[in-house]
Amino acid sequence: MSRKAEIPAQAGLDPAELRRDFPILERQVHDRPLVYLDSAASSQKPRPVLDAVQRYYTHHHSNVHRGVHELSVEATDLYERSRERVAAFIGAESARECVFVRGTTEGLNLVAQAWARPRLEPGDEVLVTEMEHHSNIVPWQQVCRQTGAELRVAPMDDAGDLLADEFEALIGPRTRVLAITQVSNALGTVNPVAELAQRARAAGAVVVVDGAQAVPHRPVDVRTLGADFYAFSGHKMYAPTGIGVLWGRLELLESMDPWEGGGSMIRSVTFEETLFAPPPARFEAGTPHIAGCVGLGAAVEYLEGLGMDAVRAHEEALLEYCVKELQAIPGLNLIGRPAQRAGAVSFTADGVHPHDLGTFLDREGVAVRVGHHCAQPVMKHYDIPATARASFGVHNGPDDVDALCRSIRGALEFFA
Amino acid sequence: MSELRDLYQEVIRDHSRNPRNFGKLDSATHRAEGYNPLCGDELALELCVDEGREISQACFTGRGCAISTASASLLTEALCGKSVDEAEVLFETFHGAVTAPPDAPTDSESLGKLACLLGVREFPMRVKCASLAWHTLQAAVHGETDPITTE
Repeated sequence: MSRKAEIPAQAGLDPAELRRDFPILERQVHDRPLVYLDSAASSQKPRPVLDAVQRYYTHHHSNVHRGVHELSVEATDLYERSRERVAAFIGAESARECVFVRGTTEGLNLVAQAWARPRLEPGDEVLVTEMEHHSNIVPWQQVCRQTGAELRVAPMDDAGDLLADEFEALIGPRTRVLAITQVSNALGTVNPVAELAQRARAAGAVVVVDGAQAVPHRPVDVRTLGADFYAFSGHKMYAPTGIGVLWGRLELLESMDPWEGGGSMIRSVTFEETLFAPPPARFEAGTPHIAGCVGLGAAVEYLEGLGMDAVRAHEEALLEYCVKELQAIPGLNLIGRPAQRAGAVSFTADGVHPHDLGTFLDREGVAVRVGHHCAQPVMKHYDIPATARASFGVHNGPDDVDALCRSIRGALEFFA
Repeated sequence: MSELRDLYQEVIRDHSRNPRNFGKLDSATHRAEGYNPLCGDELALELCVDEGREISQACFTGRGCAISTASASLLTEALCGKSVDEAEVLFETFHGAVTAPPDAPTDSESLGKLACLLGVREFPMRVKCASLAWHTLQAAVHGETDPITTE
């Protein structure tokens, strides 16, 4: 389905119209219209994605890469077409560079275990940043423990931006991996990944990018970004849960042993020896989440139809409006004021714990995330246990920001 | 709004703004830490238990939402003067009450002031906020040294 005819990318998006693409937004929550501001946790699904999944199971389902019968051929074709669509969407040179995984977390773990673990040695360094999601910290901690490598942390300032000089000082000849998020899920910071990746690669490090919060919000080109690996999740970009992508440079993927064994990932098996299939199949043991892949392909098509430049422009304008409106509320504190922001804004309110704020907003029909956002080091930086976070998708408009601010004012009054 | 008023009753708002027994004890005999990994709330509970197994003092420190702070405050009030055995009975009564279905009958006589916390029954995501201090009490009484969590 293409929207290009209806909404030229340059003309900007009309959230009121896009809202109609998302059936769930028609429902009420606690007798109020749903104001969904939690896309960073998981986005809602537009009708073309829901239809694609339904159509797949209704008409085309079978196992992939296995049968000679018609349904298996159709399922395989849909599955591989999704891969090609995803590859083109992120600027991969070939679909063979895109491994289907369960999500960003699995993609990052795959790199840590299949690339880093056999290669890291005691004294080697893995550099992460202070603003990483736990899924880009814990796998590296584990692999450091397994190999004797050391985990280093690039700090950020109170605005939520990385400190350039400190970053520079941490890059050295022992840096083997830079693991960095393109967009912080807790703060909305957009990191200058291209610049930092260049620096890290010049020092001989492999650059692993967490793209979970970037791909839904801006055009991504993994090659110009200078990444070696790039992981993202379907469910944050309007696709089903349980499907994601790990992109890797083909020569790196080809140099790696599989991390799981099973069907689909082999060339031949005898009890003496198994020959592995080339990537991406090498890393896709077992029957994959075919319907999820089909849905992911439909989500990519949906986003392409909107145009990622238009998505970015729409959401940046909305974030700017949201920040301005939040700042106008007495007693509200923005957490992080990054130079460049995407997707989300985090805040606290004087005298109201984020959990109480979240409960109050929920009763007004406003869904936000409260908590540490799986980024406890970020909370520690600001010495707070939690924040409330509003995050945006293509269907959000200024009216959603107004509803949020109205409810926050109500909460401040209620708990005063 | 009425359910919110049921959840955040005046007693709860009062205890969350001005928690009672907030601080540390010099002569604590029992101590435990509680942590809710879902929201990052943490608290430390300290008790003075005398030779007759009576709780003479109870204090807490930490930070949390209105529900967990008020629950800890009300807990420390309720504990003073009770025996350890009575405290355990109270834990069972309270825990049973907050985890019961919203329309279950309540034993407000045994619960006394603590009954104001039963509004959480309408808010399943908040039951752990109300029970954090109480699980910490169990850990303190049973001498568990690892921080307990609600998960």
